[in-house]
Amino acid sequence: MVQEKKQLITMKGTKDGLTLFIDDTCSFEKAIFELDHKMKESRPKQDEPIVAVRVKLGTRYLHDEQIEQLKQVIGAKNRFTIHSIESDVVRREEARMWQTNSEVKAINRIVRSGQVLHVTGDLLLLGDVNPGGKVIATGNIYIMGNLRGIAHAGIDGDREAFIAASFMNPSQLRIADYISRAPDYESDGVYMECGLVDEEKDKIIIDRLQVLSHRRKEINRFERRIQNG
Amino acid sequence: MGEAIVITSGKGGVGKTTTTANIGTALALMDKKVCLIDTDIGLRNLDVVMGLENRIIYDIVDVIEERCKLKQALIKDKRFDYLSVLPAAQTSDKSAVTTEGMKKIIAELKQEYDYIIIDCPAGIEQGFQNAIVGADKAIVVTTPEKSSVRDADRIIGLLEKEEMAEPPRLVINRIRNHMMKSGDMLEIDEVVQVLSIDLVGIVIDDDEVIKASNKGEPVAFQPTTKASIAYRNIARRILGETVPLQSLDTEKGMMQKVKKFFGMRA
Repeated sequence: MVQEKKQLITMKGTKDGLTLFIDDTCSFEKAIFELDHKMKESRPKQDEPIVAVRVKLGTRYLHDEQIEQLKQVIGAKNRFTIHSIESDVVRREEARMWQTNSEVKAINRIVRSGQVLHVTGDLLLLGDVNPGGKVIATGNIYIMGNLRGIAHAGIDGDREAFIAASFMNPSQLRIADYISRAPDYESDGVYMECGLVDEEKDKIIIDRLQVLSHRRKEINRFERRIQNG
Repeated sequence: MGEAIVITSGKGGVGKTTTTANIGTALALMDKKVCLIDTDIGLRNLDVVMGLENRIIYDIVDVIEERCKLKQALIKDKRFDYLSVLPAAQTSDKSAVTTEGMKKIIAELKQEYDYIIIDCPAGIEQGFQNAIVGADKAIVVTTPEKSSVRDADRIIGLLEKEEMAEPPRLVINRIRNHMMKSGDMLEIDEVVQVLSIDLVGIVIDDDEVIKASNKGEPVAFQPTTKASIAYRNIARRILGETVPLQSLDTEKGMMQKVKKFFGMRA
């Protein structure tokens, strides 16, 4: 009986919109029932702007169907729009995905002509990439060896990704949707350099490794990886 | 129990067949029992290089399809008994050979011979698979040209996936000293660095090689030509001897370079 009286849904108005706290100890059905009730009570009038809602679930985890249900209740028909749904818990699977996306994968081999090495996350290759070989990563690529083939960093579209190599003489560098290729004349290659996207020039540039310390400060922080994950 | 070594390159025309014939000859000259197998079905020419073309009665496809016994198909070399050749078929295509058939033949030959040298066809298709399936070791032949180094790299990649007893070793063939010096050809160092496998020998581009192969007499029979010595050195290294790399020219300064290569292999 006590539970009945306890507020399952708490609303807080902020300048960004509305924050909804849903109690995480009751059943989902109860919460949804009460939520429906509340939303109908407090829906904005026709002439008022649509309100953004942040939903905080606490330690409750929602399935996809439940999220769908939630969206229907806080839906457009009630003149609300969901800005975000936040939960303190993640599924093991998602956590693993985060982990693989943020990990640096160390691989010790030579990527020879015709071979493709594809990793999720950052790639640390101890060995060469020979002409005709290709390395692909969703994150950054670090090569302790000679890069003579193709390297593609940030393949899922991360333009902040970069490629660093002890010896750089690639046939192509690709970062997200950018591609640059080696000049037609014979080039000697360079030592300890990196390739990254220069937003101003709108192309890939190759520069000394030292420039990374101010151009890509984020690599030193763990959060970058979580955010990207 | 013998050892099967496949000679391969990926690219055509770099000297697989010549290398096979000469390494085989050189090993046989050192009193090893050697059998050469030509796996280039439809384009056989190991028998021509060995000068044994006229003696072919049965070939490898006949053996696999059990039209004859393995012993009947083997051709003994006309010069000495220690060397035999199993010729490829000229009329069938590469699908006539199966990997199981090859494995069986090589296993049988291993009982009898010390070394089985397999001449691999160009390319990376079924013919290549057939050639490498029964091999314990591999020797990759390349020339100091970009295209053949690129193909050698691809082949090494494929060979590394096979579970062989040893990583493949490298022969650099057709070296032209004056071009290498002038920088118009890739240097040996460069080739070895890119392919990063052990070098088992270098062979200079010698007119004698072409002359000898036209005569059907592998150059390794000649005791004095540079190419012949190079092939004999490769054979000695296969036997486990430590032999310094041949100097490319006669100048004294080259000795240092030789020592450098030697040190790299050790």
